[in-house]
Amino acid sequence: MADLTYSPQLAAGAAPRSALARGYAHFRYVMTANPVTFLAFLLLAGMIVVALFGPLLAPHDPLATLADQALKPPSAAHWFGTDHLGRDVFSRVIVATRLDLLISVSAVAMSFVCGATLGAFAGYWGGWFDKLSGRLLDTIMAFPLFVLAMGIVAAAGNTIQNIVIATAIINLPFYARVARAEVSIRRNAGYVQAARLSGNSEIRILLMQILPNTLPPMMVQLSLNMGWAILNAAGLSFIGLGVRPPTAEWGIMVAEGANYIVSGEWWLALFPGAALMLAVFTFNLLGDGLRDLVDPQRRT
Amino acid sequence: MSTILHNPPLLAVKDLGVEFATRRGPVTAVRSVTLQIAKGETLGIVGESGSGKSVTSYAVMRILDRAGRIVAGSINFGGMALHGADEDTMSDLRGREISMIFQNPRAALNPIRPIGRQIEDVLIRHAQATHDQARANAIAALERVRIHDAARRYHAYPFELSGGMCQRVVIAIALACRPQLLIADEPTTGLDVTTQKAVMELVRDLTRSEGMSTLLITHDLGLAGEYCDRIVVMEQGRVVEQQDTAALFTAPAHAYTRRLIRSTPHAARTVRDLLPEDLRLPQPPAVPPRAAIAEPLLEVRDLVKAFDMPGGLLRRFTTRGNSGERTFRAVDGISFSIACGESVGLVGESGCGKSTTSAMIMRLLDATSGSIRFKGQELTALPAGEFARSPLRRDLQMVFQDPHESLNPRATAAQSIADPLRRLNGMTRTGEIRSRVEQLATEVGLPCDLLDRLPHQLSGGQKARVGIARAIATRPELLVLDEPTAALDVSVQAVVLNLLADLKAKFGMSYLFVSHDLEVVRLLCERVIVMRAGRIVEAGPTAQILAAPSAHYTRELLAAIPRPAHLPHHADEAKVARA
Amino acid sequence: MGQLTIILARCLQAVPTLFGIVVVTFLLTRALPGDPAAYFAGAAATPESIAEIRAKLGLDQSLPRQFWTYLKDLAGGDLGQSISTGQPVASELLRRLPASLELTLTALLLSVAIAIPLGVLAAVHQDSWIDQVCRFIVTAGVSLPTFFTGLLLIYVFYFLLGLAPAPLGRLDLLHVPPPQVTGFLVFDALIAREWTTAWSAFKQLLLPSITLALFTLAPLARMTRAAMLQALASEYLRTARAAGLSRGRVLMVYAFRNAMLPIITTLGMVFSFSLGANVLVEKVFAWPGIGSYALEALVVSDYAAVQGFVLSMAVLFVLLNLAVDTLYTLVDPRVRIDG
Repeated sequence: MADLTYSPQLAAGAAPRSALARGYAHFRYVMTANPVTFLAFLLLAGMIVVALFGPLLAPHDPLATLADQALKPPSAAHWFGTDHLGRDVFSRVIVATRLDLLISVSAVAMSFVCGATLGAFAGYWGGWFDKLSGRLLDTIMAFPLFVLAMGIVAAAGNTIQNIVIATAIINLPFYARVARAEVSIRRNAGYVQAARLSGNSEIRILLMQILPNTLPPMMVQLSLNMGWAILNAAGLSFIGLGVRPPTAEWGIMVAEGANYIVSGEWWLALFPGAALMLAVFTFNLLGDGLRDLVDPQRRT
Repeated sequence: MSTILHNPPLLAVKDLGVEFATRRGPVTAVRSVTLQIAKGETLGIVGESGSGKSVTSYAVMRILDRAGRIVAGSINFGGMALHGADEDTMSDLRGREISMIFQNPRAALNPIRPIGRQIEDVLIRHAQATHDQARANAIAALERVRIHDAARRYHAYPFELSGGMCQRVVIAIALACRPQLLIADEPTTGLDVTTQKAVMELVRDLTRSEGMSTLLITHDLGLAGEYCDRIVVMEQGRVVEQQDTAALFTAPAHAYTRRLIRSTPHAARTVRDLLPEDLRLPQPPAVPPRAAIAEPLLEVRDLVKAFDMPGGLLRRFTTRGNSGERTFRAVDGISFSIACGESVGLVGESGCGKSTTSAMIMRLLDATSGSIRFKGQELTALPAGEFARSPLRRDLQMVFQDPHESLNPRATAAQSIADPLRRLNGMTRTGEIRSRVEQLATEVGLPCDLLDRLPHQLSGGQKARVGIARAIATRPELLVLDEPTAALDVSVQAVVLNLLADLKAKFGMSYLFVSHDLEVVRLLCERVIVMRAGRIVEAGPTAQILAAPSAHYTRELLAAIPRPAHLPHHADEAKVARA
Repeated sequence: MGQLTIILARCLQAVPTLFGIVVVTFLLTRALPGDPAAYFAGAAATPESIAEIRAKLGLDQSLPRQFWTYLKDLAGGDLGQSISTGQPVASELLRRLPASLELTLTALLLSVAIAIPLGVLAAVHQDSWIDQVCRFIVTAGVSLPTFFTGLLLIYVFYFLLGLAPAPLGRLDLLHVPPPQVTGFLVFDALIAREWTTAWSAFKQLLLPSITLALFTLAPLARMTRAAMLQALASEYLRTARAAGLSRGRVLMVYAFRNAMLPIITTLGMVFSFSLGANVLVEKVFAWPGIGSYALEALVVSDYAAVQGFVLSMAVLFVLLNLAVDTLYTLVDPRVRIDG
């Protein structure tokens, strides 16, 4: 009968593979079908390598000041030129990768874990917990987020840890909302009801049935949000919060270079700014690619 | 029946071919389709999913998706070639000469525009009214589709109207300019059977009075049989048969048509009649009925479920004169029982409370008041959230309506079936579990090599079987089936219904079969309960209720089921047999 | 249940939000490690002045009492005293607000005027060159740091091309501000008929507002495109097409009006971003608005000023969101009051 033998998508006789083999095949398919995502992955890999091995890759000491070499334009010796204190811009940009990525990744990780947990519980159980957390999130969202981050860092103290915490706090509502929405949609789905009938406890259902299905859209949001977190952290250091000289960090480097742009020394601000842009761009591309992977209907 | 004169046909489609561009290359949706519609005629296109019936109509209207193209053939309307016409010409024709109505009427209306204005837009566009007259004409159009209080309804928004009323508005928009041809693409799918009848009668009256031709696209052969003069049967993008309705039902030429007629529940006497001879599974030996236990397996008494209306303080003050009802009684005190080994049908239209009832019996939902006794124990004693740990969970299982939604997209078929075995039967050894899963798969007719597939790699019928295998894994005594075949094609439905009948006979389960379709219930259930607005209207043996219903509502329901004149009805056969 | 009732209900719902903001700003400054009085007194304060500040600000009292005092001060419009200028914070902010508003509003206008038509055209002509341009702008736009764009624009248009004036603030050195009517220099100059002043103010305004506009352009264009695509793929649009409605009507009345709903919702998010990005742009262009006031205050740890800034920005944002909500209610008849 047509019904029994009709097998969509798998060729006749294709053997079922293990989950790992299936995952790899799917990954390869997406990479080849979508060169832009592939590019994003390459860039990401590159950034991670630079972040891990930064100090080893830098040709000069990022903190070494050479007064007689100040404000030299890009040349063979100094690829990105030197800044107002004679430091090699290239080395500083390379080394700054680690710090910038560390700040953003820890901030996003913190806010993802807290926000997603909060949102998932609120979405699944509803009730007073949902209302209370909703109020809390609304209060955070009532502030223009960058301004709130400024306020938190100004209040708690001008350190890198506080930049991370402030960025984590302002990103929290975002993840909480996405998690709540995704869990809410699935809370009474057919397979969830079936799992209840099969004797699964509510916690088990949340962890084993619902979360694995919500993770893909959340990963998309995570990637898209990472770019924004990087911009926020850099913005905070641009206005003088968190990172102090002589630390090499992209935001503070652009701030230092800003003074010299009107007099034409463009290389101090351009290269760290370009590095910043590239990092954010990579995460955004990645997020778009992941979104296409997860839900092709929502392609932008 | 009107005599069809041999004038040139109004619409002539010849050798039509339509392709869609997809990621994996061009896909042919429709191939060598030829059909005609004469003036004043009603033609039905019948087919299951993937038959290309809707695509054909979209091609005629030239509103195919961006990825779709007409690659072959011709479409002629009133002498004009449509297949190559430019967009301006088509835009003039649409709404004025050819109109179309779709499935899902509420979504088909602009949600933020008053319905009266939507009708006006069409009138003004095709110069059927000036701006001053437009409003009056729109109200007249609403009255023509039998909407009461049309002048007030003119200002209404779609979300304020019922599904049936929305469909009338859609019809009003389509017929506002009195086109020559009306294309109706599954216009009644998703509507209650009584609403369906009202809508179809309306369409028939309006089109006949204007001498309009109609193209009715549907998956329901019974519906086509009642309202169409001629029927075209399509399968996998091709026309398989094309005949006058009477001839089609009395002497179908193609095997597919025969199978389709056979699968339609109207004509079947028993569930086994739904399948052709060669595809019937051998009749399982009937399990001797369990020693008649006096106590019923399931006993429901005065069950009530009331929902609180959403909204806080403000809503109470501002609700528009609706007697300030703050609770909605979805189930309003019902009582019934199911004996061991019995199959009971629970029938009603949407909103009658049957799904809420089944959810309460399954302990997915807590009742507001009333009692549910299962195997002598009171189910309502345990809250729904804790029932998972009760030993009774094993004996009370459910088959869900939508096979696509009821399987975890990330779990293989085997994992889905094994879940109750692990949780409720406490099985832990992989080998043991696997062999049990394979045994279950064989029982439901699912090939074992499909067990390691994910849901999106299975067809609708295969997913339905996985759902059934999962439900019977713990050998429940009572199985609740919530519209298990509503989302399936009619030929697949035939197979699944037979499977359900065989399983019941083999394992001696009791069924509570929830459905809106009386014909399906007739085939599987010995007793039937009719529900409406949260109350039981009538209950009794199926044969008796269907032959001689005592309640007015039941009579209405029965009358609304399409009865094509030429499709032999099971009741007629019984009469013939008796004679 | 008229729309007016719903709007009033929304206004009422804003009250607990405002209260929450006040509580958070209060906690930010009082519930800190260390001695708040020392923060308020400044880095160079003597123990006596710290004690004086402590008594003056009531920091020796219990927390609930302090909160009550704080509320009373707010009600009277008192946001504290700036230690660097000695002026009340509230009057400083008020004085500088028009500059920021002029910048933000000009940027938003520019942004909306470009993003919405671009998004609509990109959705209507899918996969055409305009669609590619839109997608490029969106992807690039969300990746660009505002301060970086500003600096780039200065470098290219001021230093290299000499087209733009020096980024020294609202007016160049040759002109005197016109008499204050609205606080918006361009308007005030036009009202006073000082044409050269108006032109100069306009030129100074151009680069900073373009920088800010570029930032808000991306999310708006992206949402417009997505919303239009969704509207164009909807079933009611299919009905409109099947009824033969003209292309223009279908596009504008049936697709665009429905797409406006999610776009209006995005506006709220865009406001949030631009109020934050305002600070960065004001730093780059030396624009004397409340953002740069806050930055100056940050540098000298002028606590009351920063707190006042955060509070006033939040209140402004709540009011803006209320306006957006009201607009949404007026456009969408399906809006109801819930819980």
